[in-house]
Amino acid sequence: MTKNRINAHPILDVSKKKRVSFYWNKSKLIAKKDEMISSALFANNIKIFGHHHKDGSAQGIFCANGQCAKCSVIANGVPVKACMTGIKENMIVKSVEGLPKLPDGDKNPKVSSIEHISTDVLIIGGGPAGLSACIQLEDHQINAIMVDDKDELGGKLVLQTHKFFGSQEDSHAGMRGMDIGRMLAQKVEEASHIDVWKNSTALYVFDDKKVGILKHGVYKIVTPKVILNAAGAREKFLTFKGNSLSGVYGAGAFQTLVNRDLVKPTEKLFIIGGGNVGIIAGYHALQAGIKVVGLCEALPKCGGYKVHEDKLKRLGVPIYTSHSIVCANGKESVSSVTIAQIDKNFQIIEGTHKSFECDTILIAVGLESVSEFTDEAKSAGIKVFAAGDASEIAEASSAMFNGKITGLKVVQYFKPDAKQIPDTWYKKAAILKSHPGPVQEIEALSQEEGIFPVIHCKQEIPCNPCSTVCQEGSIQMIGDPIKGRPKFDGKCKGCMKCLAICPGLAITLVDYRKDKDTPIVFLPYEISNIEVKKGDKISLVNIDGNPLGTYPVLGARATKDSNQTQIVRVKVPKDIAKKVVAFTIQREKTSQKLTHKIPLDHIQDDEVVCLCERVTAGEIRKLVKKGITDINQIKAISRAGMGPCGQKTCGNLLGQIFRAEKIAREDITNNVRRPLFVEVPLGKFANGGK
Amino acid sequence: MKNFDVIIIGAGSIGVPAALSLAENKIKVLVIDALASPGQGQNKKAIGGIRATHSDKGKISTCQKSIDIFSTWKHIHGDDIGWIQNGYSFPAYTDKDAHKLKKLMKIQKSFNLDINWLTPEEYLKIVPGINTKGLRGSTYSPEDGSASPLLAINAFYFKSIEYGAQYKFKEKVHAISIINNQEIKVKTNKGEYSAQKVINAAGNYARNTGKLIGLDFPVQPDSHEGAITEPVQRFFGPMIVDLRPSQDPETEDSANFYFYQNNEGQVIFCLTPKHLIKGTASEATSVFLPQVAKRMVDLFPKLANLKVRRTWRGQYPMTPDGFPIVGETKEFPNFINAIGMCGQGYMLGPGLGELLSRIVTCDLTEDDLDALKHFDLYRDFSSTEQFK
Repeated sequence: MTKNRINAHPILDVSKKKRVSFYWNKSKLIAKKDEMISSALFANNIKIFGHHHKDGSAQGIFCANGQCAKCSVIANGVPVKACMTGIKENMIVKSVEGLPKLPDGDKNPKVSSIEHISTDVLIIGGGPAGLSACIQLEDHQINAIMVDDKDELGGKLVLQTHKFFGSQEDSHAGMRGMDIGRMLAQKVEEASHIDVWKNSTALYVFDDKKVGILKHGVYKIVTPKVILNAAGAREKFLTFKGNSLSGVYGAGAFQTLVNRDLVKPTEKLFIIGGGNVGIIAGYHALQAGIKVVGLCEALPKCGGYKVHEDKLKRLGVPIYTSHSIVCANGKESVSSVTIAQIDKNFQIIEGTHKSFECDTILIAVGLESVSEFTDEAKSAGIKVFAAGDASEIAEASSAMFNGKITGLKVVQYFKPDAKQIPDTWYKKAAILKSHPGPVQEIEALSQEEGIFPVIHCKQEIPCNPCSTVCQEGSIQMIGDPIKGRPKFDGKCKGCMKCLAICPGLAITLVDYRKDKDTPIVFLPYEISNIEVKKGDKISLVNIDGNPLGTYPVLGARATKDSNQTQIVRVKVPKDIAKKVVAFTIQREKTSQKLTHKIPLDHIQDDEVVCLCERVTAGEIRKLVKKGITDINQIKAISRAGMGPCGQKTCGNLLGQIFRAEKIAREDITNNVRRPLFVEVPLGKFANGGK
Repeated sequence: MKNFDVIIIGAGSIGVPAALSLAENKIKVLVIDALASPGQGQNKKAIGGIRATHSDKGKISTCQKSIDIFSTWKHIHGDDIGWIQNGYSFPAYTDKDAHKLKKLMKIQKSFNLDINWLTPEEYLKIVPGINTKGLRGSTYSPEDGSASPLLAINAFYFKSIEYGAQYKFKEKVHAISIINNQEIKVKTNKGEYSAQKVINAAGNYARNTGKLIGLDFPVQPDSHEGAITEPVQRFFGPMIVDLRPSQDPETEDSANFYFYQNNEGQVIFCLTPKHLIKGTASEATSVFLPQVAKRMVDLFPKLANLKVRRTWRGQYPMTPDGFPIVGETKEFPNFINAIGMCGQGYMLGPGLGELLSRIVTCDLTEDDLDALKHFDLYRDFSSTEQFK
């Protein structure tokens, strides 16, 4: 049962939790107490949770966020979403084969009236933006209710095991995302003006200026004066053959399974998309002991920060730029992926196809704002603000700062005389959300004595903790104090703080003091689940992952200041000392191309657009070619978007098909979004829990 | 300017099947709609129930024809429009309702409608789990049924195009000028068209269309909210209409409600407010779900576990007496109304489409004339439909 659990992790606490038994179809299995059913099943290597009633296709995890219903199972007789339902001792869980049967249920279900609650501010979403805004509201004594659909506040921050970019002063740079999340969450939970509702989902902002919220399974109606939408973003998906196989899902779901639930959902992973989300997911996979076969990015360059990309490359993960996924192969579950090179018009170049063995394909091709609460509030005539990804897609560090500004805007709405938002805040907000600059070569230091840091930071990104942490004041940002590139000039005591805080793991220390010809290099290392100890021979690489030779380790340990980052020492010839940045941990074999042909029965033909209703791209294209430009009509005929997720995934894909068919945006009529945000049992509206 | 035999204003529940019938009869027809595709007004808000078991000759014979068309569509034309013959039932929980329903059944039977009275035990067999406390029995009309409004209108639409009907979407009618009994000009924001006859099938906006020719038609839309659940295995048979007005102070502002399980296995439900909410506002309110859920769970406890997927709000274009207005106008015999469907446009549509076609071609039968009496614009509107 431990096979698919993460039992060693460099950052996360993997200590044992209480175990419970449960039943899956006919077998008795072990789960961790209170974990989600989906994670309990994955931990037991069960990844197919049932089969779709329309075409018998395998169903399992997709969003892991309660938004779709692909992970539905029958728990103690009732159809539920496995990713949102905690497992209980002796729970009988069954797969959903076709349409589920409605349980008989209680002969006399309780009915009682629904509680109505008024508040000044309703904040939807307790992630980086919502929490930061809340802190402003608390500081100015404004009453608010914060709702979040998870068990723990922090949003996606709590899934981030890596150290954060940005600046220390504005966004806690250098701290791990999960620690920032918990710190902000604690502040908000202790706040006296903020009523925190966890496990609470906002369902809709109704026309009569009321918001329906399912709070811990009890329906409440909230009347706010102001709504702050900080509901974050959702991941975009892609159409390709085999895209609905079990094992194709988003990076968010992956991070939830791995970093929240400590489940190892895959042995071999392939990632589509070279933005920060995809690259970081790869890094998290390595930390969890998962092999990363490769990552492909359609553009000639990865969109994510170069330091993130380099981290992955150096560890031995190949990155294929100007490559696109062609198909996912497998019978019900992914067994391999095929990618190919594309030209500047995104057309596949014949003869460049390559396939790799993998059991999971992560789709990380961008995010879109969860904007519906903003739109609904506007339509109802409620004053509404949006912050973080719900307003504009950016890094979490930017969301925190943007949340702070938006929080103060809400304060001003209630208290016009309150603190004005300084101009410098807006400037800083712009810097924090700025895209990475071009890659520049680094001026080599000529120094070959003493001890000093070598900074391998080749790209302007909003990140400066190395300069703030240096007690000697020897690291300066060239140009902008946050976005500029850092440069070492001056004294160094060898405290290692810059090395330890750098989120990009792009700073090493070189010590010539004992031996000028073969100095000691200090390297940051965060995949310590793969242990490196004295005497091990490691393959050193430069910033881009190019090999520099194999050398023995002198020692490896975390320090008091390094916040779980290990510092690995190696002794190398002086000609490579300033080039060494890291060492490869993943063997080349992992990323080898398949030499045999994909078995015929593993080749899928369907590109599914609407996963809920199983509508293919072919069906949609046929309708578009017929001249239909009203998405409502496409929906009416094909049922695309009529499933449980409410077009959260296929909405964007439909747009892509229209674009591919060269339909002008102004000719397309968008469909109407309606309640509810997620499906809710009818009985919840009948019983206010009294 | 393009010339047509007939211009239909409104590509909805009535306009599209009317175009289908006219085009099938080789009549050159143009349908104009302000929205982007067929059925985007109130048609898509319909829950899909189709019954012939009304209380008057007009609606009964029209819906009998509609049932004919819905039920044979797949067999004749090949497309699945989700038709199922699941029947309708009106359970009675008071002696008064039982009496009223039984009285009506006599009239319905006189029109050869298949409708019977079920004892509570018999009813429990077709609706296992229904609340039997106080249940006196129920009507059951097994020949009634349901189909998907979304699929049906698109099937009718594409078939009508095959027959030669033309459509203009995203065009709003700005002016109608009736030159003589031979020609009417219709001006939209994009163009001008002429025809010998115009059919007003503008649903919620029927009154506005009338105003364009200086006539006032008594049609006033009021709001109803509806919802659809996740699909599950079939667990009950017929449409269930609970006629009782709510007695509970919390849900008191509701009259009847009704629901059925469609061909996909999803339950669709709708509630009639006691105090009408007039106008065409279509955004959901917070009142509907708690109001309807309490009543549904009380009537059919099993529904408590069924997940609600989506809700919406639409309108019934109401006439003062609850019966439609269909036929020529005295002032302008070439301006024909098919308006005020009172929430039953979807089920009346295909039958009315054929009737309208016969109005246009002057082929009305004795039966038609009899039926049209009930839909006459010039009738006395003071009586009310007792069995909606």
